[in-house]
Amino acid sequence: MTEPVPILQMRGIDKQFPGVKALDGVDFRLFPGEVHALMGENGAGKSTLIKVLTGVYDIDAGAIELEGRPVAFSGPLAAQQAGISTVYQEVNLCANLSVAENIFIGREPRRFGRLQWRVMRREAERILASLDLDLDVSASLSAYSLAVQQMVAIARAVQVDAKVLILDEPTSSLDAGEVERLFGVMRRLKEQGIAILFVSHFLDQIYEISDRMTVLRNGTLVGEYLTRDLPQVELVGKMIGRELAALESLEDRRAAAEQADAAAPLVEADGLGRPGAIEPFSLTVREGEVLGLAGLLGSGRTEVARLLFGADHAGSGTLRVGGVPVRLRTPRAAVRHKLAYCSEDRRAEGIIPELTVRENLILALQAARGWTRPIARRKQDELVERYIKALDIRPADPDRPIANLSGGNQQKVLLARWLILQPRLLILDEPTRGIDVGAKAEIQRLVVELSDGGTAVLFISAELEEVLRLSHKIAVLRDRRMVAELDNDEQLTTDALTETIASGGRS
Amino acid sequence: MSRLLGHRLFWPSAVLAALLLVNVVFTNGFLNVQMKDGHLYGSLIDIVRFGAPLILVALGMTLVIATGGIDLSVGSVVAIAGALACLRISLLGDQNSVGGVLGAIGLALALSLVLGLWNGVLVTAAGIQPIIATLILMVAGRGLAQLITDGQIITINSSPYKLIGGGYWLTLPFGIIIVAAVLALAAFLTRRLALGLLIESVGGNAKASRLAGISARGVLLTVYAFCGLCAGIAGLMISSNVSSADGNNAGLWIELDAILAVVIGGTSLAGGRFSLGGTVLGALVIQTLTTTIYSIGVPPETTLLFKALVVTIVCLLQSPAFRAKVLHGRRRRPSASARPVPEEKKASVSA
Amino acid sequence: MTTLTGRLRIGGQTIPRKYVPVLVTAGLFVAMFAAGSVRYEAFGTGQVILNVFVDNAFLLVVAVGMTFVILTGGIDLSVGSVVALSTMLAAVLLRDGWPVVAVIGLVLVVGAVLGLGMGAIVHYFEIQPFIVTLAGMFLARGLCYTIATDSIPITDPSFTAFAQATIPLGGELWITPSVVAGLVVVVVAAYVLHYTRLGRNVYAIGGSEQSALLMGLPVARTKIAVYTISGFCSALGGLLLSFYMLSGYGLHAVGMELDAIAAVVIGGTLLTGGSGYLLGTVLGVLVLGLIQTIISFEGTLSSWWTKIFIGALLFVFILLQRLISARRTGARST
Repeated sequence: MTEPVPILQMRGIDKQFPGVKALDGVDFRLFPGEVHALMGENGAGKSTLIKVLTGVYDIDAGAIELEGRPVAFSGPLAAQQAGISTVYQEVNLCANLSVAENIFIGREPRRFGRLQWRVMRREAERILASLDLDLDVSASLSAYSLAVQQMVAIARAVQVDAKVLILDEPTSSLDAGEVERLFGVMRRLKEQGIAILFVSHFLDQIYEISDRMTVLRNGTLVGEYLTRDLPQVELVGKMIGRELAALESLEDRRAAAEQADAAAPLVEADGLGRPGAIEPFSLTVREGEVLGLAGLLGSGRTEVARLLFGADHAGSGTLRVGGVPVRLRTPRAAVRHKLAYCSEDRRAEGIIPELTVRENLILALQAARGWTRPIARRKQDELVERYIKALDIRPADPDRPIANLSGGNQQKVLLARWLILQPRLLILDEPTRGIDVGAKAEIQRLVVELSDGGTAVLFISAELEEVLRLSHKIAVLRDRRMVAELDNDEQLTTDALTETIASGGRS
Repeated sequence: MSRLLGHRLFWPSAVLAALLLVNVVFTNGFLNVQMKDGHLYGSLIDIVRFGAPLILVALGMTLVIATGGIDLSVGSVVAIAGALACLRISLLGDQNSVGGVLGAIGLALALSLVLGLWNGVLVTAAGIQPIIATLILMVAGRGLAQLITDGQIITINSSPYKLIGGGYWLTLPFGIIIVAAVLALAAFLTRRLALGLLIESVGGNAKASRLAGISARGVLLTVYAFCGLCAGIAGLMISSNVSSADGNNAGLWIELDAILAVVIGGTSLAGGRFSLGGTVLGALVIQTLTTTIYSIGVPPETTLLFKALVVTIVCLLQSPAFRAKVLHGRRRRPSASARPVPEEKKASVSA
Repeated sequence: MTTLTGRLRIGGQTIPRKYVPVLVTAGLFVAMFAAGSVRYEAFGTGQVILNVFVDNAFLLVVAVGMTFVILTGGIDLSVGSVVALSTMLAAVLLRDGWPVVAVIGLVLVVGAVLGLGMGAIVHYFEIQPFIVTLAGMFLARGLCYTIATDSIPITDPSFTAFAQATIPLGGELWITPSVVAGLVVVVVAAYVLHYTRLGRNVYAIGGSEQSALLMGLPVARTKIAVYTISGFCSALGGLLLSFYMLSGYGLHAVGMELDAIAAVVIGGTLLTGGSGYLLGTVLGVLVLGLIQTIISFEGTLSSWWTKIFIGALLFVFILLQRLISARRTGARST
């Protein structure tokens, strides 16, 4: 096979952030007329690599060459002028302007300073037609679905003679038909010789559209493969970091699965779903049971959690708590039923940064009591002291702003916030992500203790070992569908779990 | 905590001290407080007494701003409350009847509370940005006040009513006692009860607060109602002080002074942590500024210039961008300008 | 594949949804005029509408500047004070014998520079426009009073001649030169908004400032420009007001910022930015003016009803905006 010359080549890229090496000697190349998927779990370095490429970040070491010439961009605009355009997951266009304007704004055709609307509309129609799109270019962009907006963003990107097009998770909020349409556009661009760097968490999509893939893990390059040569199971293994042959045996507590089966069902979801977020699923969590949710990033794990907690409204299905049908319109209603939820996004959805550890810790209890029934200072001290000690929160100063604590300690405060309420079901979304090993072990130990004490736990994690070690049962998600529910017995290994995630429970 | 608080209130305290010092230099016996006929007199007492309505309005405003909102309508509520109370009193057979005056006051305060609730409903139920929602009442409220007074200045002659803004009780001007009572009430609600924690939580991170089970709706309604009530009391005080109600000019621009007092007092317009003490200090700074300008012989009309200066300096000092660019002289890379801007719109969509 | 077209179907005709608020305002204006014509004699003449222009030419100009600022999602509270400052400057300088052209030039420059300064602070120090322009409001009013605390009459012959001039339009109809000036400003501003990059960038920033940055639009320049334009328009409005009043006074145009904001909102411009038309602002000013005219025709209705009506209209239009934008986000989230 004769390989053409790569249009883009990155060699030995290093990028260091305070405390983390985000990229470590990563190589990447991109050929004209190919769709190249960049694969990796959260924190693997995908977005850092894209930001390094488009000049958002400087590189510490390595070289970037575009068409054989070394380049270093000062920012996304400079990159765009050199022919590297990026389309992000959130459409970065102005929905209030017309379709034609969104393609042209900033470089509208003018004559004597006067915008030539007619020329602009005609050109916009021509560009869209070349992508097989037939839109009313004078309608405002907001009139179109997100998928169409996404394609208008692509049209804008290629209008500047793009040689390289970066699509950063463009499909994450599209439905199947819209994805097909997007792929149609991508194929047209491919034919025109444009190199496309594609990021998506949907394995089926990767296998449908991509020609080649580069896998990253923990900031290092795992390898570059032709898509047709790499089976899905192997890909998942490479992303998660487990060679199938060399799995270490795990010490775990899966024996209790049968016992847990006997316990009373606590939360039962039947056909619960939300269009565009998660397809209807059914799930039962029993008292004292740890139910693991496994799946890749973007597979719908968080969406399941948010529906169970009333943070999003369910579009379909029913939910029963303790056998009684409930409709959870707000998290507040869920808390009343003794459900609790620790979001994966600690900064945006967990801590109140300005407030102290004490205030953050008692917040949920105070919210449940209402502001007219304050918690006595002595009671506060007692609670705060108990949980700071029990969870080993450091520094043990309750009056320090929580923003000054490390990630792991913030996480512990958020856990304590819910533990004070003694919930019947605790939903933990990626509770151990981005925190140090010590804190991680403590949180895992806590899950075990809670379960032994009769609390049900829904445990969401990208780390399969962790899920396997802690859970009695494991529900597997893929592409926004719940594809399997497995008993965590002796037969279940990370291999088997990886296999299920990769195949979607079909094999 | 105490160190943090000291830091927050340092600048407003320093400015207040400096202003007082200027007065001491320019005015003989500025610090003297005398007892005449069993009443306390003196420049310091006057500053607090004349500043009382502003302190009241600013206290209500503090809580609203702490939730990340703003209330532009307080000036109109001031006018409406004063107008309604004076109208009712003017219709009394005996304007000195305590019962009648109390009835008028009760009615005016009830209306203020309802007007505050109206703002709260627009913000919570209709999801309108606070600045826009309260603009409606700011515009219409002036008209309502004039409607109540029929465009006239209602003059009354009621000694019980006069007590609120012009009277004395226990040697102190009654206005100061009211301010102390409202301050105590606000402190009780927010710090003794847990309203303050929930306000700061909602203002500090609305998304996380929702997930922690806080109902922002209840908190916001309470806060806007309280703000309306504070403005109502201030309206009574202002109209009582001059024994008349002027729908057109009573409380004109007091919303701007109140916002200024809150900002000077160290509460961020973005919401979150608030300081009632800081707000009182801020209001006193503004009032002292006015007094100072009188006492040093500058034409009083230039007060506005000083205010402009103070607003600009305080806001610049509070702006992270200003501190980064000017005070620390840190140059940002051009690409850094592509970082996301905080968008109010986003918050309102996701709420 | 079917897509939403964002159009309303009315009687077989389709109207883009973005025009709905302007059409509602236009309908309101026509209805008010028709009601007035039925109810009062001598109301249903063209001169009544022209008088609304004559009496509100300065507000029209100020509202045009405000439209630019609000379209970017900002707000300018300083306009009333800048109007007052402009009348004051004009009156004092004319009294001191400055030539008329120099006075007009200086006033316009001062207004624009004030706007420029506020825009720069808003953009570079990321302080809310509300606060920055509030400080600007205090500053401009304060400057008025440092110049003089009393009303200063304008006696310059060319000023008074201009102020008293009328332009006959045939029949019984007439307008003033101020109306012409106001309409010229409207036409120029409409051209800028629709046919220049500056105008389109204004809309883009109002739609999403972050997107505008990522699309490489000159966000800083545009944001500063709109406050400069607003300052300039306020100064020009101040000059027109000094023709109308023939005096300079620190208490002129108190609360005009509210009228301007109300006119813009009633004209269908979203206060969050990104959507609206100058035609709407013109209609908004006309509606405000017509309310005053009706109240003066009514005789028994007192002037404060104006404020109550304006407040009620604001309420209705803000709710209307909420409904439209809620439907829009609804369409997007599918």
